[in-house]
Amino acid sequence: MAPRHLIDAHAHFHWSGSRDDFARYNASRMRAGETIGVTVHVASILGTWGKSSPTYFASPADVVAGNDAMFAIADAEPSRVRSFVHVNPNHTDHALREISRGAARGAIGVKLSASRRADSALLDPIASEAGARGMPVLHHIWQHRQREWGMQEASDAIELVRLAARHPHTNFILAHIGGGGDWAHTINVIRDVPNVFPDTSGSGVDRGMLDAYLDAIGPRRLLWAADLTLCTGLAKLRALEVIGMPQDALDDICWRNAQRIFPPNSFALE
Amino acid sequence: MTDMTDLRFSVDVSAWIGSYPFRDIPHPDAEILVRVLQRERIGKAWVGALPGAWHRDPSASNAWLYAQLAPHSDVLLPSPTVRPDWPGWLATLDEAVSRGAASVRFYPMQLEISATSSGLPELASACGERGLVLQLTVRFEDLRQRHPMDTVADLTAAHIRALVRTDPRLHVIVSGAGRDLIEETHWSLTPAEQARCFWDWAWVWGPPEDHLAHLLETIGSERFVFGGYWPLRLIQAPTAALDLTPNSLPTNTFATGDAISAAAQSAPKSP
Repeated sequence: MAPRHLIDAHAHFHWSGSRDDFARYNASRMRAGETIGVTVHVASILGTWGKSSPTYFASPADVVAGNDAMFAIADAEPSRVRSFVHVNPNHTDHALREISRGAARGAIGVKLSASRRADSALLDPIASEAGARGMPVLHHIWQHRQREWGMQEASDAIELVRLAARHPHTNFILAHIGGGGDWAHTINVIRDVPNVFPDTSGSGVDRGMLDAYLDAIGPRRLLWAADLTLCTGLAKLRALEVIGMPQDALDDICWRNAQRIFPPNSFALE
Repeated sequence: MTDMTDLRFSVDVSAWIGSYPFRDIPHPDAEILVRVLQRERIGKAWVGALPGAWHRDPSASNAWLYAQLAPHSDVLLPSPTVRPDWPGWLATLDEAVSRGAASVRFYPMQLEISATSSGLPELASACGERGLVLQLTVRFEDLRQRHPMDTVADLTAAHIRALVRTDPRLHVIVSGAGRDLIEETHWSLTPAEQARCFWDWAWVWGPPEDHLAHLLETIGSERFVFGGYWPLRLIQAPTAALDLTPNSLPTNTFATGDAISAAAQSAPKSP
């Protein structure tokens, strides 16, 4: 059993301002996506990925440059790539202008990394703006953050849920349950929060993780995604395929949930 | 019975059974592993006792391992745990040989045995003499997700070098290494030493970073052997990484557990 389509709801690309071998990197993602069967990559570029300002604290200038590079990639691959617009919430006015500019350039979601704690009031205007535009907010998450980690102001599910509770009409993608920290902690935090949708991405491929999320929230809130490691994305897809779930449930996880939470007509899928 | 003509890999060298001390793992049982191997078209597995990695005295977990695997001896080979600073440890090796084990497992980081410990050359020689492959594990979980009580660092290249360099008969398999550790170790060994050191790629990233493709190109597929990391991780992960490798090679260019074991057993013994 395989899904009819596959949307990678958490993808990234590089550009000339972020790494020298960006063309090889991007081509590798697209080639792997073809092998896996990815229909659409919904992707962002986090500024210069640390080259001229920190990845998770990208300067406004780097935010703009990274977004421009992302929009150009989406323009060049209109059938296979959609954009998030990445913003740094510490620069509120700039972030709101960038969301507006991104929407005009075809972005279908807002990407927040780890520039400010998720429950900060600084995120409220961004979450409101995203909700008003029908865009989901993909938020970088450290599962069960028990201390500060260098070069980021990471948030965990508790902090994201506080933001989600203040914005019940905005959908939030909780990033990479396999991306570090304790994924088991996140389950109980988000179980009854209907506007938070965890994605399966991250390099972690713990046995039991997917089963635990499906048991807790069912197939209509889980989003298949790969983030930085396509290989673990494929492993999780194959694991989902052998769990024995109905075709409808697999389709929900692999593309229909994404189709529901991104703006209408973001994906030309039947 | 597995159809041996339709196997993707003949041996999974990195499997365990038993509970993990820091989180629940679904049904980490021998009979489940047998079914998983059949589903994934893998012929056999070398199996360690997961709890034994944290026991001071591994003898009880080894006895449990032998008992658990006995009903599945056509598919699951025991890979008992040994610590070379424990009284009677040579008997552990002798029992492993008598019970048909191809390898033994050694967890120096969990035991706080340093790379300069005299136990390492003694273990290398004892395994080399008996034709036992020595298996090392870099990590069980990612550093970012470990339990606060799990403060053990990842295995170091110095440990691997110390073992491989000591005895020219010793064959080593390292499970769970990433690109950095593999390269640091491989390029710090002579060609003859490199030829006795093997790696699984369970923790080597595929695209878009393409670490696995890079290593296959620079170090060679013959240095790599399949390890699935069951029951801790999805056994689909290493096959997925391989399937996405742009320079994907036929699996018959990789090392196999059987071939490594045969090489270890054919090494000359002391008079």
